[in-house]
Amino acid sequence: MSRPEDTLPPDLFYNDTESRKYTTSSRIQRIQSDMTHRALSLLSLASPSLILDIGCGSGLSGEILSQTPQYGTPGGPHVWIGLDISASMLGVALEKDVDGDLFLADAGQGVPFRPGTFDAAISISAIQWLCNAETSEDSPAGRLSRFFGGLYASLRRGGRAVCQFYPKNETQKKMVAQAAIKAGFGAGLLEDDEGTKNAKTYLVLTVGGGDLDG
Amino acid sequence: MKLLTLNFLTCAIKACKSSPASFPLHPRDVELEIVESDINLPFLKNILPRLMWAELRTIAAELGLPELPETAPTRDHLVEGKEEAKEGEEVDEVPSQTARDLHRVLLETTVKEGKLVCGNCAHEYKVMEGVPNFLLPGHLV
Ligand SMILES: [Zn+2]
Repeated sequence: MSRPEDTLPPDLFYNDTESRKYTTSSRIQRIQSDMTHRALSLLSLASPSLILDIGCGSGLSGEILSQTPQYGTPGGPHVWIGLDISASMLGVALEKDVDGDLFLADAGQGVPFRPGTFDAAISISAIQWLCNAETSEDSPAGRLSRFFGGLYASLRRGGRAVCQFYPKNETQKKMVAQAAIKAGFGAGLLEDDEGTKNAKTYLVLTVGGGDLDG
Repeated sequence: MKLLTLNFLTCAIKACKSSPASFPLHPRDVELEIVESDINLPFLKNILPRLMWAELRTIAAELGLPELPETAPTRDHLVEGKEEAKEGEEVDEVPSQTARDLHRVLLETTVKEGKLVCGNCAHEYKVMEGVPNFLLPGHLV
């Protein structure tokens, strides 16, 4: 199977048919939900927080962020803002009436929030798209730098971000982690089920300063 | 989009980042919608110190909403009968009228249609079905 990010830009790939397919596949939903819970456990949020969801798609992760601790969301219910480049995906989120605010936006163009806005950020299966430059006036390095630079500034001191993504290879994995470090983050890569076809890569990012439980 | 979000949103255009006029974005030709939700007192207490109160008042005035108090409430103002609780005593916190008003403005008042205009570059971001469009043409990135 070819990787979707190698065929078309995400706004074209996730057209209405693909968006619906993505959202109704129970297997994808389960994997997405597992990864969101894993990312939440890495964020260690103790109380209701303001969270940015990068590549929120149809709101599968957002629905989990909006849940209470009794339903498995530590520190919840959180308030979230989701960005996605695909209008079709956001259309599905609107139909589901998710609680978060939705933005049609390209994270590769930056993160349009004032400094220190978010307690945390989460991204599930999205940031590998940033490694694609779709136009002659843009490059993967430029997109990664705008994204991580914007994300770093928009998180409060002591804040955290967890980005699960599907790197194409080791080089791409390192390029992404390096871009985050260059933006100022403390960064670590975590691999679940390493070496299997179910391998999952999590980029765990911390912003220095401030108090973690503030 | 909640008014809470508008209190954190800035113009996406690079040249505006350093200009104080790029925040807050100004709502124009807006249709508001009230979307009711459960009050989340711990969240309000968390977010309160991060609000830019003067800008929130400006936006509320531009939208023709009831005037907000001149100064921001404190965390204690959000909890009913806080003063009476003894030191170290575990009490279930009850949201005050101030907390309910804040919840109404920040989390239940939403921009459904219209546009958001940057005070620095005059760029207009369209809002449709509550979703602002922040996709920029390549030359503005
Ligand atoms: Zn501007």
